[in-house]
Amino acid sequence: MPNMRKDKNPMPEQDPQVRNKNFDEVALGYTPEMAIDEAQRCLNCANPQCRTGCPVMVRIPEFIAEMAKGNFDAAYDIISSTNSLPAVCGRVCPQEKQCEGKCIRGKNGEGVGIGRLERFAADYHMNRKDLPKVEPPKSNGHRVAIVGSGPSSLTCAGDLRKMGYDVTIFEAFHKPGGVLVYGIPQFRLPKEIVAKEIDNLKAMGVKIVTDAVIGKAVTVDELFDDMGFEAVYIGSGAGLPQFLHCPGENLLGVYSANEFLTRVNLMKAYRDDYDTPIKHPKKVVVVGGGNVAMDASRVAKRLGAEHVYIVYRRGKEELPARKEEVEHAIPEGIEFQLLNNPVQILGDEQGHVTGIEVQKMELGEPDEKGRRRPVAVPNSNWVIECDAVIIAIGTKPNPLLRSTTEGLEATPKGGIQADENGQTSREGVFAGGDAVTGSATVIMAMGAGKTGAKSIDAYIRSKAK
Amino acid sequence: MFKIVKKRFLDNAKTICLFEIEAPLVAKHAAAGQFVIFRLDEQGERVPVSVAGYDREKGTVTVMVQAAGHTTKMLHTVEEGDYITDFVGPLGRATEMDGLSKVAVVGGGVGCAIAYPIAKEMHEKGIEVDMIAGFRSKDFVILEDELKAACSNLYITTDDGTFGRKGFTTDTLRELLESGHTYDRVIAIGPGLMMKFVADVTRPYNLKTIVSLNPIMVDGTGMCGGCRVMVGGETKFACVDGPDFDAHQVDFDLLIKRGAFYNDDEAEANKHICKMTGGVRNA
Repeated sequence: MPNMRKDKNPMPEQDPQVRNKNFDEVALGYTPEMAIDEAQRCLNCANPQCRTGCPVMVRIPEFIAEMAKGNFDAAYDIISSTNSLPAVCGRVCPQEKQCEGKCIRGKNGEGVGIGRLERFAADYHMNRKDLPKVEPPKSNGHRVAIVGSGPSSLTCAGDLRKMGYDVTIFEAFHKPGGVLVYGIPQFRLPKEIVAKEIDNLKAMGVKIVTDAVIGKAVTVDELFDDMGFEAVYIGSGAGLPQFLHCPGENLLGVYSANEFLTRVNLMKAYRDDYDTPIKHPKKVVVVGGGNVAMDASRVAKRLGAEHVYIVYRRGKEELPARKEEVEHAIPEGIEFQLLNNPVQILGDEQGHVTGIEVQKMELGEPDEKGRRRPVAVPNSNWVIECDAVIIAIGTKPNPLLRSTTEGLEATPKGGIQADENGQTSREGVFAGGDAVTGSATVIMAMGAGKTGAKSIDAYIRSKAK
Repeated sequence: MFKIVKKRFLDNAKTICLFEIEAPLVAKHAAAGQFVIFRLDEQGERVPVSVAGYDREKGTVTVMVQAAGHTTKMLHTVEEGDYITDFVGPLGRATEMDGLSKVAVVGGGVGCAIAYPIAKEMHEKGIEVDMIAGFRSKDFVILEDELKAACSNLYITTDDGTFGRKGFTTDTLRELLESGHTYDRVIAIGPGLMMKFVADVTRPYNLKTIVSLNPIMVDGTGMCGGCRVMVGGETKFACVDGPDFDAHQVDFDLLIKRGAFYNDDEAEANKHICKMTGGVRNA
């Protein structure tokens, strides 16, 4: 008989007033008992909807059935057969919009905690002392280059390597992982876990070249002509931060979330033993309502800010962030100034930020995506005092690669043009993830990486004939 | 890891040091006006520095670095044969030289190290180059012979008159322009204040002036936006839109303010350079 408990087993967490002063992981993970108990909530439906909500098609009911019996290794093998980064997905996927959102148990209570179970299986596997040595799949002699090392690229690399391709990843930064290392903070996704997932790919034989800016040091044409790659996958992400284009945005103390988070996450500026400088502002305004805004606000709190405000032009229901991130941010003391839109950033004579002028908004008619459009309330401007403003309103694809590659068409929004198979306007060049769509989620990028790998395999096979 | 194949101090006061670094991937496409980002070790920060030269066959890139902050001071303690962890580039756009026939290149202090490859490349292309190189004092003069060979006329100035002409680079530039020298472009590289004054000197002549900006940045590929500069009322990213910009459009006051943002932190960090190792960790 399935466990008919209505809500998910709660996730053990660090106390909010403790965790908002450290960078250790917030969610501590299920115990084996909790994992088994939660897995037993799965009804093992005849027509499971959860799988249809997963961009990388994890065989969810199958792995949960093994979990329910305590067969954690078997569960891990099922997950990892389609997902190259299970420990990452279990932590950062917006499960409420995907697998868990489709779970039948959600009709009367909460869906099964699929993400938490996935995380448990992945962590259990990683922590095994007697981890079986990874055997690199045999090479098929065909070479593929991958640009960028974020979730899309890592997924594409893993899938291609499993098919036998020799894969080389080129990363512009000094460390691989893309947004998983520079963007998502330690307390949400420990960097040791990302490193282990990447080590796993390396053990499979994926080569990673860091400090290599494709489009500058090596062009896409040179990857083909000089270096002998037969196909290229571009998973370079949406690197370019958007600003507000309002007065005062170049004042001292105004950051893009990218800069703020990169200093802290990748460069470890929060630690004394690292050289990268970071300011420790006391009153911080974060503009935006997505995961990145939540991350930036919680990092600012941990750096010692007394007040951290989220300024977002819509209401709580419309926040694009993962539900869990909002639920974690509130008890940590993040203050939400919803239905407010920035008008200008104010500064003193020395050019330092002193505040942000915002205008109150109310929700009007739904827009084309069905979200209610914010409408300005006349004469409602007011000022939030602060000494730092972090802009987290999204990113655009970086034009660097496109501008140095002939024949690579762009989307109207500046992304790389690619069809549903990841095929770009250039033969042999495939693309996916944020580089194509603009900022989205880790799992969407991973789905695109999977598609890219399939298309590259088909392309190289067709050429070999 | 990137090997330092050559190291040599360029001035008597040993404030600016040349490093030739083995980096074939960078050397292949490096051009005058571009920059690289280096990192000393695992705990290091990313520091942008201009390309001062390259040897495509040897696969090396030369940079000339002034000891200013914590990281650059530590770099000065690294020796030939040692390795640094990261060296990435070439970044930014190369200096445009097409269609030019006579150019004045103005370098201030370590800016001369960046001006040098630009002057050299133009000189080699047959462009007539007048080079004005300014330094604080005799002991800080760098690249005298190299600069001489890279231009038609070299004017060295020192603030205190201990070497060359007494005064600032702008004084010499103004004299040249007032005495009827004409140029189709001025390229100025140096401290923000110097570049601002060069722009002021050339503005009445409506003489197109290009400056190379080196603001604070993290990644150098357009990702962080830390290197924002205002040019003609628009926000630009120095790393991908530059580093060269029209001097008459640049908001230098903002550039100078933003450049000083971490000075307090830097002063603090400088107090902590280990006296035993010179700051080299994990040695």
